[in-house]
Amino acid sequence: MSKVDTRHTEFLESPVRVNEFKRFAKVFFGRPVVIFGATVVVIFLLMGIFPGLFAPHNPLEDDLPNRLLQPGQMGHILGTDAIGRDLLSRLIFGSRTALMVGVVALSMSATIGTMLGLTAGYFGGITQTVIMRVVDAVMCFPAILLALTIAAALGAGLTNVMIAIGIGMMAPYARIMCGQASSARENDYVLAERSLGASNMRIMFRHVLPNCLPPMIVVMTMNMGITILAEAGLSFIGVGITPPTPAWGSMVYEGYNYLRSQPFLSLVPGFAIMLVVFAFNMVGDGLRDALDPRLRGVI
Amino acid sequence: MGTYIVKRILSMLVVLLIVTAIVFILVRLLPGDPILIYLTQQDVESLSIEQVAKVRHELGLDKPIAVQYVRWVGALARGDFGISVIRQTPVMLDIKQRLPITLHLGSMAFLVSIMIGIPAGVIAAVRRGGWLDQLVTTIGNLGVTIPSFWLAIFLIYIFGLRLGWLPIFGYTSPFKDFWLSASQAILPVFCLAIPPIAMDMRLTRSSMLEVMRQDYVRTAWSKGMPEARVIIRHGLKNALIPVITMKGMSIIMIFGGSVFIETVFSIPGMGRLLVEAVRSLDYGVVQAVMFVMAIIVSVVNLLIDISWGWLDPRIRYG
Repeated sequence: MSKVDTRHTEFLESPVRVNEFKRFAKVFFGRPVVIFGATVVVIFLLMGIFPGLFAPHNPLEDDLPNRLLQPGQMGHILGTDAIGRDLLSRLIFGSRTALMVGVVALSMSATIGTMLGLTAGYFGGITQTVIMRVVDAVMCFPAILLALTIAAALGAGLTNVMIAIGIGMMAPYARIMCGQASSARENDYVLAERSLGASNMRIMFRHVLPNCLPPMIVVMTMNMGITILAEAGLSFIGVGITPPTPAWGSMVYEGYNYLRSQPFLSLVPGFAIMLVVFAFNMVGDGLRDALDPRLRGVI
Repeated sequence: MGTYIVKRILSMLVVLLIVTAIVFILVRLLPGDPILIYLTQQDVESLSIEQVAKVRHELGLDKPIAVQYVRWVGALARGDFGISVIRQTPVMLDIKQRLPITLHLGSMAFLVSIMIGIPAGVIAAVRRGGWLDQLVTTIGNLGVTIPSFWLAIFLIYIFGLRLGWLPIFGYTSPFKDFWLSASQAILPVFCLAIPPIAMDMRLTRSSMLEVMRQDYVRTAWSKGMPEARVIIRHGLKNALIPVITMKGMSIIMIFGGSVFIETVFSIPGMGRLLVEAVRSLDYGVVQAVMFVMAIIVSVVNLLIDISWGWLDPRIRYG
């Protein structure tokens, strides 16, 4: 009996391993509203990437004799707009616009904001003061107005809208990242790395940044909705996506003129915006709980 | 307390100085000729090259950008916002006409958001898991995701066109015709208030849940204190700190929303002025509106900070 089965004790002493992915999935899909959000997001992504598969008609093809059809008439499920374009198809192709602007503008604002916040939080001192004062000043403006002004000066169009929203919405990332980075740099692993002679760049990007990422991913998911909302807002004002490219915001604006006779034209695209933004927020909520339950209530 | 206030005011002035730089750079560093801030495209095309150069010289646009910036800030400090290139009137005149309208509707939306958002958040936290909590949480989630211009159109459709209860556009000063003004304000104020209501609900709820777990609340319960007193005196009073510090965000949300709401309801306020200026490329007006909004936001933030430094000593000395 003196011989102990070492494999067995080893197994006992090692911490109980939970399949990380299973735990994540269990928490994430634990709430019905998150499942709903995730479903809407998947449908939105599919429609945005392959609009041609879903759309029953050409979204740009006008058909003046059949303008302003009520929903259901002549095979147009949601009716037609002022120049006879199929509303459902425009809605589906509009999701591609929203997705494109959302992804590009979000990546841009998150990258710029994260870099600024990382630099400020990691170096601290005067660097932090300078960067964060600028961020404070930027945050005195409503992000949407900043984006509106930049878009107005650059001129309307897909690329300019992406740039405008990307720059307009970067400040919150900088603020969150700065807080994360300035607490992360106090960790022992940073000290250990520095005593090994690692450069600032290496510590920042190999150690501090990865440890700050989970909350940033959550914020990004939630901001995807806000970014889409911003694009819709700019298109509604008329400094966003230029016609005839279908964009939900400009569809709401165009439909507004026919609110009395054709409420669908304006109300349906707006509902689509709300649904998608809501879905991204719910997925963000679910991710937050699944990635780091301590963040509940913080972001 | 005195040093705290002075420190806060100084840091606000620094932020405001950076704000002027952002507003200046925003319009100046973007593609296009800065002379378009002072002249319309048609004007420039109708003038000869020499005339354009002369105007450029008169406006100081041939000087280094830093010099131009200092001159511009100097003018701002004297209350000179420049001239609208479209209407050829001083921008200050527009601001004077438009700002009271936005402040009227905005402050009402601000009050409404406090009066609805905070009590709703408290109820949701106290009745956690109940149907009221479900309702408040859902509204809190929808309120931050709903496009305000769409909400406005939806409400116009229901209450204006279908039911015919409320006027669907326009603005009247409450000093001219109080009842007309009030009925015209209901829908826009509600639409402006929705995002801050949602934010207040969420913040109050989560902050309240946190506070109600504290030991001093348990002590209050165990002393046999009445429920309302525990919730308000011990719970809410402490839970309000994070909510109030975020009220500056409400102002930002209301200003952001005013652009859309004033457009949809045809209200001649600051938001609509900005949209008109943006559409007609009247950059001087754009700069002025952005600057005025940022001043108001930072002054409100300053007042919030000072009032909390006064109420909560931890902030003052922290």
